[in-house]
Parts: sequence; C-alpha cells; structure tokens
Amino acid sequence: MAIQLRSAAELEKMYHAGQVVHEVLNKLRAEVKPGVTTMDLERIAEGLIAGRPGKAAFKGYRGYPCVLCTSVNSEIVHGIPSSKRKLREGEVVSIDFGMEVDGYYADSAVTVPVGKITPELQKLLDVTRESLDRAIDKMRPGNRLGDVGHAVQSWVEQNGFSVVREFVGHGIGTKMHDEPNLPNYGEPGRGARLQEGMVIAVEPMVNAGRPEVQMRGEWVAETADGSPSAHFEHTVAVTSNGPWILTRPKEMTGPSW
Amino acid sequence: MAKQPFEEKKKSDSGNSKEDAIEVMATVIEPLPNAMFRVELENKHQVLAHVSGKMRKNFIRILAGDKVAVELSPYDLTRGRIVYRYK
Repeated sequence: MAIQLRSAAELEKMYHAGQVVHEVLNKLRAEVKPGVTTMDLERIAEGLIAGRPGKAAFKGYRGYPCVLCTSVNSEIVHGIPSSKRKLREGEVVSIDFGMEVDGYYADSAVTVPVGKITPELQKLLDVTRESLDRAIDKMRPGNRLGDVGHAVQSWVEQNGFSVVREFVGHGIGTKMHDEPNLPNYGEPGRGARLQEGMVIAVEPMVNAGRPEVQMRGEWVAETADGSPSAHFEHTVAVTSNGPWILTRPKEMTGPSW
Repeated sequence: MAKQPFEEKKKSDSGNSKEDAIEVMATVIEPLPNAMFRVELENKHQVLAHVSGKMRKNFIRILAGDKVAVELSPYDLTRGRIVYRYK
C-alpha cells in the first residue's frame, strides 16, 4: 500500500480536526488532579465534543469502548477510563484523544503529572516530550522514516530510558491508522522517504525501565517490569516549509507540548 | 492512539509452519514442470505437490506411479510437499 499524499485542502481539514483535539486535551490537562477518576476525564471530554461536528475517533474503533485512552503510570497506552481509577498525587497519566471531522482524522496525546511528581518522573516526561520534538523536526521532505525513529531512540537511550517496540506511530488521514508504520526506533537513512503531503501521527512511547510490554486484556499495554511510562503524540504533516503540527494552533511555537 | 503492527502475527503464534503439516500417503499421477507433481491422496483428492528440499538434495527421483508421503499445509489443502518416496 502506498503512502497517501494530502492536498493543501485536505491538510486544512485535518488541521481543523486537530484544533478540536488540541482544545480537548488542553482542557483535560487542567482537570488532572489528585482524586479525579479517569472516567471523570472521559465524561469531561464527551461534554466538550457534544454538539460539535465530527466524532471521537477511538470510540468503536475495533470495539474500543471510550473516547479517551487514559494510561496511568506503568500503563503505556490504551488504558481504558474507569470510575474506579482515582488519580493519586505523584502519578502520571497519558491522555490520548482523536477526532474525525468531515472525514479526516487527527490524533494527539499528552502525559500529565498528577500534583507533584518526583524529579525522576519529571525527567521521563521531559525526555519523552523532547524526543517528540526531535522527531517532529525530522519530518521534512527528503528525510526518511528511519531518521525520525532514530531521533526518538537515540535521545531516549542517551537518557537511560527505553522505547516501546510493540506500538508505533502511523500514517493518518481518512483512516485513523494508515500506512506507513513509524516505529520509535530506526537507523538513519533507512525506510521510506518523506514527501510533501504525508501526514503521520508521531508518538514516542518511553519506558523508564525495560522496553518490554505486557498486555492486560485486549487493550491495555503495560510495562512488563512495572516501571512508569510516558507517551506524547502529535499529528504532523510534511510540508515544503518543514513540519506542520496539525494538532495545535498555528500560532503556537516552541516545544510541541 | 498507537498502532499495533504485529498483532496479526501474535494470534497464529504456533511457530514453525512446517510442524503444523498433516502427513498423508499418496500416489504420483503425473510429473509437472518445476519439480512439481500431481498426486492422488488416499481419499482420492488430487493435490499439487513439490519435492522437499531434503529429497532434492539427495537426488531422490520420483516417477509416475510411485507411492509417496505428502505433507499438507492446514491452510491450503490443495498443495503439499513430498517428503518420502517408498520403495
């Protein structure tokens, strides 16, 4: 399957969907505090998108039950919101959200500290966020997928953490998961060449301990060694002017999250 | 939401496909090009079978009418691999 190239008009539509995603994530970020359950976050997200055009991308995707993925501490991705899971001081929660508006998808995620966290956890978040920035900077025409993956892997491993192999970033457009796969590891100069118009959800998943993954049920991926894990994501378009982050306002500059 | 690229593989994680094969007796009906043979199984089904690499290496020749052992893949029962020629 070929990698789809998107026209300027299609990118605008994805940007439009991306703005909703950004707004929802930003509001949820402010709601994260000790005592809040992950189901509370789900309800808030549902309220924010109610009555708007488009729909949440995850709910019903392969039977996924919610609009959000909320992955706490050692949960890497695809944690399912629950009214029993109260966030506690010192934890980290990754909130992952996607929208489909007018047939086009956008997907983004951010990991948020609950109250005060240890310096080690803060470092995990900083390194993961920085690896996303470094990966996004490689999203330029002529670079290869391996350059992007390598940007994540090298930065993460330099800092003593590890990248998850079982889950990858993905092409995105008229489907949520499209070609190509973008692993968070790789060799520079290998893989498909990036071209103007390609759109990829770049999403480093970083474990503080070992990279191995253990599945709990059909969805929830956890670190096998129980170490905490962080996850940041943006939907990024390759343009002639460099990377364009579709899941945040154009005016925003600086670090991706 | 992250994509899980290897999930298809995980489901059929039974390892070596050669070990899953069903072995049956057959009679060679006709030789075909590319070291393929049409063979008739004991249940009268006709399948297309190739000669296993081990037999080719040892120059075991197969002629029409030979009794052979054929391994069938559980996924495609119309093709098989000849693993033994009886004397």
